[in-house]
Amino acid sequence: MIVYVLRRLASAIPTLFIIVTLAFFMIRLAPGGPFSLERPLDPLIMQNLERAYNFDKPLWQQYLIYIGNLLQGDLGPSFTRRDFSVGDLFRTGLPVSIALGSLAMSIALVVGVLLGALAALRQNSWVDYTVVGTATLGITIPTFVIAPLLSLSFGVMMGWLPAGGWGTWQHMVLPVATLALPQIAIVARLTRGATIEALRSNHVRTARAYGLPARVVVGVHALRGAILPVVSYLGPTAAALLTGSVVVETIFGIPGIGRYFVQGALGRDYTLVMGTVVVIACFVIVFNLIVDILYAWLDPRVRYD
Amino acid sequence: MRPLMKAALLSTAIVLCVAYAVTSASAEIVYNRGNDTDPTTLDHQKTSTVAEGNLMRDLYEGLVVQDAAAKIVPGVAESWTVSDDGLVYTFKLRQDAKWSNGDPVKASDFVFAYQRIQKPETAAPYANMLFPMVNAEAINKGEKQATELGVKAIDDHTLEITLTSPTPYFLELLTHQTGYPLHQASVEKFGDDFTRPGNMVTNGAYMLEAFTPNDKIAMRKNPHFHDAANVQIDVVNFIPFEDRATCLRRFEAGEVQSCSDLDNQQMDYMKANLGDQLRIAPYLGTYYLPVKVKKEKLADPRVRQAISMAIDRDFLANQIWRGSMLPAYSFVPPGIGNYGENAVLPYAKDDILDREDAAKALLAEAGVAEGSLTVELRHNTGENHKNTMTALSDMLKNIGISSTIVEMEGTGYFDYMKQDGDFDITRAGWIGDYSDPQNFLFLFESQNLGFNYPRWANPEYDALMQKAAQTIDIDERAAVLKQAEELLLKEMPIIPIMYYSSGSLVSDKLKGWEDNVMNVHGTRWLSLAQ
Repeated sequence: MIVYVLRRLASAIPTLFIIVTLAFFMIRLAPGGPFSLERPLDPLIMQNLERAYNFDKPLWQQYLIYIGNLLQGDLGPSFTRRDFSVGDLFRTGLPVSIALGSLAMSIALVVGVLLGALAALRQNSWVDYTVVGTATLGITIPTFVIAPLLSLSFGVMMGWLPAGGWGTWQHMVLPVATLALPQIAIVARLTRGATIEALRSNHVRTARAYGLPARVVVGVHALRGAILPVVSYLGPTAAALLTGSVVVETIFGIPGIGRYFVQGALGRDYTLVMGTVVVIACFVIVFNLIVDILYAWLDPRVRYD
Repeated sequence: MRPLMKAALLSTAIVLCVAYAVTSASAEIVYNRGNDTDPTTLDHQKTSTVAEGNLMRDLYEGLVVQDAAAKIVPGVAESWTVSDDGLVYTFKLRQDAKWSNGDPVKASDFVFAYQRIQKPETAAPYANMLFPMVNAEAINKGEKQATELGVKAIDDHTLEITLTSPTPYFLELLTHQTGYPLHQASVEKFGDDFTRPGNMVTNGAYMLEAFTPNDKIAMRKNPHFHDAANVQIDVVNFIPFEDRATCLRRFEAGEVQSCSDLDNQQMDYMKANLGDQLRIAPYLGTYYLPVKVKKEKLADPRVRQAISMAIDRDFLANQIWRGSMLPAYSFVPPGIGNYGENAVLPYAKDDILDREDAAKALLAEAGVAEGSLTVELRHNTGENHKNTMTALSDMLKNIGISSTIVEMEGTGYFDYMKQDGDFDITRAGWIGDYSDPQNFLFLFESQNLGFNYPRWANPEYDALMQKAAQTIDIDERAAVLKQAEELLLKEMPIIPIMYYSSGSLVSDKLKGWEDNVMNVHGTRWLSLAQ
């Protein structure tokens, strides 16, 4: 197993390298640059700026400089937020995004699996219909609708929670709810489907035939298999949730890293975009690995030796 | 050991209780202030946007400052004299001006700042604001040494600035953030890191406490500020709101006391529900349409004039922009300083139907048969820009001109226009940096390739601008500039269609906020009722 993990981690290095290289050259294809503003700069001043940030050098030299710095763990300066390095921005933003994302994911996992299993056990009853109905609704309503609605109702009208901002636990409630709701819905549907299937499978029937209590049959034997699709869904989702959501961060005014990708791309903040790409790529690689390991643990048929 | 621990715990508890009592007894006045966006940097010499200007106005004080009504009043300088030829300004600095660390503000701090902003390695985007100073431009080009700048500290409290040519709006220029001083010792000590909380030393009513990107910039009242006794708000948190609707919600929830911009889609709602808290004031800016004059089909000024006539500006301002813009019939916005009565298009007051008839007649005169002219209307991404162009397209159809609409993403758009892109008609906006008509009219001087999107070259216009630059008498100069604008409006290389207005939300609790054409509202002039 350890060999497998090490091998996977080693293969991540060329993957990352290719991603970084592609991203570096692709963003340069976009017209404009970090200093193209609605109000064009004096050409002389533009020259000064370009010199200060190495933009006057040929692209391949800029690339080598970037890779060189990256290997030393330096993500470079941000062009649109010049009081910070890209590393600084992630150091302050990432904990915020991770806090929100992990809370939302834990809630989605627990509530979603519970609801899904419940619906499967009471298939075609009113419980099932309610769960499936609510879940379908939860998936269809986009976050950019839920977020302002929650903020408006609980923040402005009822005044129970802050309408936006960051700082106390109260500030986390609405954004976490916004992030968690659609995930609960998806997880519940996945669990329901998989559980129904598992309940009909041979090993569950065998367990039942042995006279094991229903609690053990469902909780240990059925759910263990039923959770597999949820795990494989949650891998990439976790990477997405933990690296922040543009919509939720913009609407609630949260200082996470979700907005940097969009802000960076629109402002042609090359290094910030690159930094986001690197961070997201790392998360995706790590979570895919975690999913594969969990698979081996949950499903006795999977072995990586 | 035990008793020692107890004593320590007890004393800590006492200290904490006392501290709590003190802080809660003198409850701080905290103002949560919505701002358009986060700054690129807090190094004011490297800033350029309005949002950055709002921050710098609280952190720094220039030689002169704008009061609540944006009138120029003494700042660090308590008085000044101007030589008869208008070239030498001598400022007397106040004795009690101090930096936030207690150091006195000296004339040399201004010299240091003004030299630094012109150095090529500073790469200041707005260094040209101070180009009227002797040798400033040459230093910025790297042709001269920074020490050759026309700025001298006669003594600690006397500053002499020499200009290349008389600049009637020079004091206006000094109110811009590029005119602020720098604390030489901390800039030299910390280099690029001088803007970090803890390092940053400022001389304004406030000083930097914390900066969390996408969250807030917290500033605390500067106890050393010379007018600190009259500064009523203890802490101001500048909160960036890229989504204006978010600011509106937090405003309604009472979490922020002002918003620097409005969500135009909710204009009707705000008008109905917010009463006097919704402020819409004329602003120093114009929304206009550059027309590529060298294209054959648009080369005749009569064609351009006809297009202008057919544009129903009231409809655009009131329907498309929901009253957040004002109809415009001149390029220089009204209410600007050093100008007097504006130049205005002759058909400003005519009915739109009459104007359409006149436009058709003008097109016929220019030899354009009805239905034979097709133009491309190009705009950058933006819901309101798109709607404006769609409405324009309909209006042009009324006089027999057909059109196609092309949308471009923002960042590439302005480069495209700047680099003489192959467009017919586009949109652009200009917000003045200082209240003077020159700051608008210089855009279309023929050598101004960065801003002259239509690539219009008119020797007469250039000569008038040149003449205005050399005229010292303010009224005489205003007359020359007005002649230039009249020529611009006659030739119509750009079609002015709307003036910008500033829209703000200002809580009833926030006192002292006066609407003004520059839309500047320093926190030191405001107070907050609890």
